[in-house]
Amino acid sequence: MSEAVVPHPTEKRPAAAPGWFRRALDSDLFYSFRRSKITMIAAGVTLLFFLVAIFASVLSVQNPFDPAQLQLMNSRISPLWTADGQSPFLLGTDEQGRDVLSAILYGLRISLLVGVLGVVLSGAIGILLGLTAGYFGGAVDGLIMRIADVQLSFPAILIALLINGIAKSVLGNKLDETSMLAVLVFAIGLSFWVQYARTVRGSVLVEKNKDYVAAAQLIGLPAPVIMLRHVLPNTTGPILVIATINLALAIITEATLSFLGSGMPETMPSLGTLIRIGNGYLFAGEWWIVAFPGFALAALILSINLLGDWLRDALNPKLR
Amino acid sequence: MLAFTLRRAVQAIGVMIAVGIISFSMFRFAGDPVNQMVGMDTSGAERAAIRQSLGLDDPVIVQFGRYIGNAAQFKFGVSYQFRLPVTNLLMERMPATLELAIVASIFAMISGILMGVYSALRRDSWLAHVFQAVSLIGISLPTFLIGVLMIYLFSVTLGWLPSFGRGDVVHIGWWATGLLTLSGLKALIMPAITLGLFQMTLIMRLVRAEMLEVLRTDYIRFARARGLTTRAIHFGHALRNTLVPVITVAGLQFGSVIAFAIITETVFQWPGMGLLFVQAVQNVDIPIMAAYLMMVSLIFVTINLVVDILYTIVDPRLRSTVSRAH
Repeated sequence: MSEAVVPHPTEKRPAAAPGWFRRALDSDLFYSFRRSKITMIAAGVTLLFFLVAIFASVLSVQNPFDPAQLQLMNSRISPLWTADGQSPFLLGTDEQGRDVLSAILYGLRISLLVGVLGVVLSGAIGILLGLTAGYFGGAVDGLIMRIADVQLSFPAILIALLINGIAKSVLGNKLDETSMLAVLVFAIGLSFWVQYARTVRGSVLVEKNKDYVAAAQLIGLPAPVIMLRHVLPNTTGPILVIATINLALAIITEATLSFLGSGMPETMPSLGTLIRIGNGYLFAGEWWIVAFPGFALAALILSINLLGDWLRDALNPKLR
Repeated sequence: MLAFTLRRAVQAIGVMIAVGIISFSMFRFAGDPVNQMVGMDTSGAERAAIRQSLGLDDPVIVQFGRYIGNAAQFKFGVSYQFRLPVTNLLMERMPATLELAIVASIFAMISGILMGVYSALRRDSWLAHVFQAVSLIGISLPTFLIGVLMIYLFSVTLGWLPSFGRGDVVHIGWWATGLLTLSGLKALIMPAITLGLFQMTLIMRLVRAEMLEVLRTDYIRFARARGLTTRAIHFGHALRNTLVPVITVAGLQFGSVIAFAIITETVFQWPGMGLLFVQAVQNVDIPIMAAYLMMVSLIFVTINLVVDILYTIVDPRLRSTVSRAH
């Protein structure tokens, strides 16, 4: 067997300004990204949603969370392009004189915030439990995985609703907006950790028998360091895929809870709350109150899902 | 075989005990049950009397034993908001949920299998692409949004179907069925489709993948070589072998259908257990929440157990190992 080192084609290229950026552009992942038009559109739409959510206060004509800025005189105006439309309410207003577009932008902010924090929390719980179960094995592993099995057989929405109800009962029925947001993040975090835990555990079981782990143990590194600094980085691919798909699921779960009346209150609506509010005016023919938040939610989830599907295929070496 | 069945049964009982502990802790520790039951002006002595009569002063383990004992006899206490026994409330609403879930599952099975078989056999036809698009939408659109959309289309705009309730019902014993009246059937259409859509997507994708897999196998090639008709190959051999995993998944999913009915029932104001549960969460009616959790868990565990046992009967290879039929 010859030991000749064949240089990777990209290594010959002169390194342009920031090295990591160049490397990212040369990666297989970026290549597969460039090849899929639908993925590029989905990524663009997702990015757009995040940007308009971040800059919501600049783009909106009013702050829909501030009752002082709402005027009942402006209630139930239809969108601008219809006969009764009034500027500046591009997408019309709802019962309380809230501009629908502003409400969507601010609601998007809440939905994305809850979704991202929920994914981070569930990821943290799942990764820690998965690492612990896989690395130590034995009774700890048995216990954690048994809990995971049981929880997996129940739909996440049911668990989230239960946690929600328990939180309400412990903290008092009327929660303010911020603590409701925290409860939602908590409920989503505790509902979605199982998939991370199972995946991470599986990867750890493969990794922990490899030489580098044995070497790390030999030089006396403590278990948490080996798990977090050495084993965890080798499981990032699957975690990233789960996190992307779970972001869509978390946003759906938050929207569903809010729609069912167990989520964000009407004084600080997320997209789900807006749909709940608008649903009440559907029969009066005021379709715009529900249609635009609904469309925004559907477009957001669809693009994140498409992104997740692509990432799963792109990171799967079997499909290359 | 017997050992396997026993082990699975013990596991199922373990799960039920775990759920019982959660359910009991909710009832006992999440808020004070006495406070929920009395008004603001109840005196301390009266509170103590209620506390005594509920047995809340006994040791926790005794209370837990009593709770499980009652639960085994389907006694879950009295609802805080309705002041009625929870069991009566649940039983009254169970037929509505079960009818909805069964009809939704049947709809999902039939349409999912048809769409799956078609898109596997005619992979490049335009209709197959339409089915793929529908399945992507079915996974991406939240259930409640589909419901709202259907109400807008078929109730508000076209006025064909009722937007809420379950129409007229006929009582057969204690079971109130909406399947025997025209208004009941009309009221069932939209909720059943909304609830079944996600399962339909799942089954369609599964049937398509399984069919494509089976059509590549040697025995199908041999059947072709023998000169069997295409129809006999596709439906007599390929589809039949596809159906085992499909029926398993559909069976395992039935519990999820009942749980997901929570959302559909809220959208369509369908008077089932899910709507009761959502109202209980909003009003912090712990006895209903706890009882619902126990009921749904029992359904889940029973289905899982039955499927596992059926699996070992159908597939002898599984008998020696501990299988997980997920």
